[in-house]
Amino acid sequence: MAQIKTLGMYEVFTRGGECTRSTHYCAGCGHGIVHKLITEALAELGMQDETIILNPVGCSVFGYYYWDVGNISAAHGRSPSAATGLARTLKNKSIICYQGDGDLGAIGLNSTIQAASRGERMAVLFINNANYGMTGGQMAPTTLGGMRTLTSPFGRDPLTDGYPLHVCEVMNQLTAPVYIERVSVADTTRIMKAKQAIRKALRMQRDNIGYAFVEIITPCPTGIKATALETARFCMEEMEAEFPLGCFRDNSALPQPEPQPKTAVSVQELFERPEHDYEIIAPRVDPDFKERRMKFSGYGGQGVLSLGLWLSEAARIDRRFTTWYPSYGPEQRGGAASCAVVISGSAVGSPDADRPDLLVAMNQMAYERFIGNVLPGGVAFVDETAPLKVSPPPGVKVVTVPAIRMAVDFGVAQAANTIMLAAISLHGALNLSRESILCAVGASFKRKPELAQKNKELFVKAEAWIKAQA
Amino acid sequence: MMKFLKGNEAVVVGALYAGSEVYFGYPITPASEIAHAAAEWYPAVGRAFLQAECETAAISMLYGAACAGKPAITATSGPGMSLMQEGLSYMAAAELPGVIVNIMRSGPGLGNIFPEQSDYNQAVKGGGHGNYKCLVFAPGSVQEMCDLTIKAFELSFKYRTPAIILADGLLGQMMESITLPVNTYQPPDVSDWAVQGTAETRGNLITSIFMNAEIQEQRNLHLKAKYESMRKDVLSECYCCDDADIILAAYGISSRISRSAVDLLRAEGFKAGMFRPITLSPFPSEQLCSVILNRKVLVVEHSDSQFCDDLRMHIAKQGQRYQELALIFHMGGVMITVEELIARVKKELGS
Repeated sequence: MAQIKTLGMYEVFTRGGECTRSTHYCAGCGHGIVHKLITEALAELGMQDETIILNPVGCSVFGYYYWDVGNISAAHGRSPSAATGLARTLKNKSIICYQGDGDLGAIGLNSTIQAASRGERMAVLFINNANYGMTGGQMAPTTLGGMRTLTSPFGRDPLTDGYPLHVCEVMNQLTAPVYIERVSVADTTRIMKAKQAIRKALRMQRDNIGYAFVEIITPCPTGIKATALETARFCMEEMEAEFPLGCFRDNSALPQPEPQPKTAVSVQELFERPEHDYEIIAPRVDPDFKERRMKFSGYGGQGVLSLGLWLSEAARIDRRFTTWYPSYGPEQRGGAASCAVVISGSAVGSPDADRPDLLVAMNQMAYERFIGNVLPGGVAFVDETAPLKVSPPPGVKVVTVPAIRMAVDFGVAQAANTIMLAAISLHGALNLSRESILCAVGASFKRKPELAQKNKELFVKAEAWIKAQA
Repeated sequence: MMKFLKGNEAVVVGALYAGSEVYFGYPITPASEIAHAAAEWYPAVGRAFLQAECETAAISMLYGAACAGKPAITATSGPGMSLMQEGLSYMAAAELPGVIVNIMRSGPGLGNIFPEQSDYNQAVKGGGHGNYKCLVFAPGSVQEMCDLTIKAFELSFKYRTPAIILADGLLGQMMESITLPVNTYQPPDVSDWAVQGTAETRGNLITSIFMNAEIQEQRNLHLKAKYESMRKDVLSECYCCDDADIILAAYGISSRISRSAVDLLRAEGFKAGMFRPITLSPFPSEQLCSVILNRKVLVVEHSDSQFCDDLRMHIAKQGQRYQELALIFHMGGVMITVEELIARVKKELGS
C-alpha cells in the first residue's frame, strides 16, 4: 500500500525521542484534529517556509512534534508578547499563536487583549475545552457554571468562582482585530467550518492583512471525564449554549490601514552631526585645577537644573572634566529641585556634592536645607527673597543676589538663573572663561535663537548691575 | 566625537551602535529616560520601538525577538526587574541572547526611586527559577553605560545567554561626556539556531522543555559548562592598587565615591587603592584575590552586604585563606559620602 504523506506535518514524529506515526494525545481529544486542520491549511496555502508557530504550555506543548514549520515554545500566557517580538522584527512572516484557555483566558488575557488592540500581525487559535486538561482537569476561565473540576469540586459557582469568560465577545470590543470567529471541532460538519476559519486566519497572515482570532471549542474527554461521544455531545449542547458559534467580525476582504513609513538616517548621521558651532575636545588633565563641587537648588521652574547644565557645558568647552546630577522623580515635577555639578582637572569620582564649595539657593527652603553642608572657604549665592534665618557655617561667605527681582524688571521672569550665572561668573571662583559660559547659554537655546540673545543680553546687564553695586 | 549625555541615554547610544534592532519596555523611574531616548532614536534610524503593557510582556517580546536572532534590549528598575525574572529564566534556558538594563532603585517592595545596589543577588545568582546565570555588567561611568551595552550584546550573542546591565539611579540620571563608539558590532550568523520564518530555519526549534530527567540534567550540565567558559571574559579595574595598604572593593556608583576617597586619601598620604569588578558575572575572582592578598579590604556598597558576602564566597572558592573584610554600606537611597568613607578608611588603617 502506498504511503500518503500529510503535507505540513512531519511524516514520522521523531522529536519525542521515539520514532512514531501516532500523536501523544488521548483518544477523542480535539488537538489532533486542530493540528491537522492547521497543517492542511499551511500546505494548501504554501506557507510552511514562512510560518512560525508559538507552542503553548499544556498538552499541545509538544505541537512541534508534528508541525513542520519553525517552532518556538512560549511561557504560559506569553505567546502574544513573544509573537509580538517576532512580528516586530521579521517582515512578512506568518505567525501563529496556539493557546489554551488558561494560557489565553487567564494568565495571558492582558497580553492577548493588548496584542489584539495593537493589531499585531498574527493568527491566534484559541483552544477552548472548558478545563485545564494537561494538569489533570482543573477549573478554567471557560469552565461552565455548575461544572465539577478538581478545583471546583462542588461545581463552579459563578457567584464565587466567576462566570465563564466569553473571549470572542471581549475581543469584539476592540478596534484593531480584522477577523474574529468561534468554531468547534466536535463533529464533521463543525470540523469543515473550523477548517475554513483556520484557513482564513492563516491566509490573512500570508497576505499580511492583520490580526485574526479563532476560538475553537475542542473536546477533552480525559479532562471532562466522559467518553469521546459524551464529550462531543457536551461540546455541541452545553458549551455551545454558553459559547454560541459564529463569526463576530470579518473585515478580511476590506483594505486595512498601514502605518506610514518614516524616513530614517544612519546611526552615525543621527549622533555624529555637529550639535553646536563649537567643537568639544577631550578634557585635559590639569593637576593645578582645584576640583569644584557645586549645588544648585530652588523650586522646579526656577531654572536651577539649567544653571548647572550651563556650567557643565562651559567646563566642557574649557576642557575640564565635569558631571551633572539632578534630583529626579516627583521632585523634578514641582516643588524642590536641585542638581550637583562637579568640575575637575582630572576624571571625576563621585558626581554628588554632599559637601559643596559653591551653593546656589533660589529660595529659603533650598538655603536652609543645604547651607550647613557648604565647606569652609565656600560661597553661597542666595536670592534676596530668602530670609537668612540660619547662619552659614564658619568660613562660608553668603552673597545675596536680587536675581528674581532683576529678572522681573528685565521683563524675563523665568531668567533669574541667568542673573545668578552672571553673579557666579563675576565672582570668579570657578575659573571658567566668560566666553565659554556665554557660549554654553547660547547653545542651550539652540532651537530658540531669540531667547539665546535675550539671555545673553540679560547676562551682560546683570554683570553691569553687580559691578555697580560693588 | 564627544557628547554630554545621561547614563540612561548612553545605554541607547550603545545599543544602536551595537546594531540593536528593537527596544521593548515599560517606563519606570529612574530608568524611564532609556525608554524616552529609545522612543525617539530607534525610529529615527529605522528600527523598532514598542511600549509594552508591562515588564512581563516586555521581556517576553525580547524573548520573541531573540528567537528570531535579532539584537533586542529592554530596560527597567527593581519592581519591573522582578517581573522580568520569568522571561530571563526562559531566555537562559532556551539559550537566547538579549540585553536587560536594570537601573536599580531602593527596595524591597515599592521602596523609593533613589539609587541602591540591592538587586545584586537577583542579577548575579540567576534571579528566576532554575539553575542558570546571566552575564552581568556593572558600568561605573556614562561612557561605560554606552560601551558595556555594546559589550553586553557582543558577549550575549557569543554565549547565547541574556546579559544584564546592572546600574543604579545615580549612574542613570547623571550626565557626563562620552566619546561615541568608533566601531559598530555585527551580530553573528544565527541561521543554525534562530527561527526566522525561512526555508533555511524551518527545521529549527527553540524550547526549554525536556521531560526526560537525564536529558534535562545534561542540559543543565551544558549550561554550567558554558557559564564556566565565560570566565575568560571577566573585566575589572585596579585603581592605585600597586602600593596600597587598603583596598576599597566597590562597583558602579560606589566605585565613583571610592575613587574620590582614594584621591583625597592619597593627597593626605594614606595609601588607599580601589578594586572594581566590571563584570559581576562572571566574577573576576582571581584578579580580586591577587589584589587583596595580605592587605586590608573595605567593601563599599549600597545594599545589605550582598556584594560583600559574594566577595567572601569568591575568595573562599579561590582557596585563599580567610580574610576579614570590613564593610561600609547605606541603603534606602542614602548615599555614602566621600567624607564618611575617608573617615572609615582612616579608622581601618588605625589612624
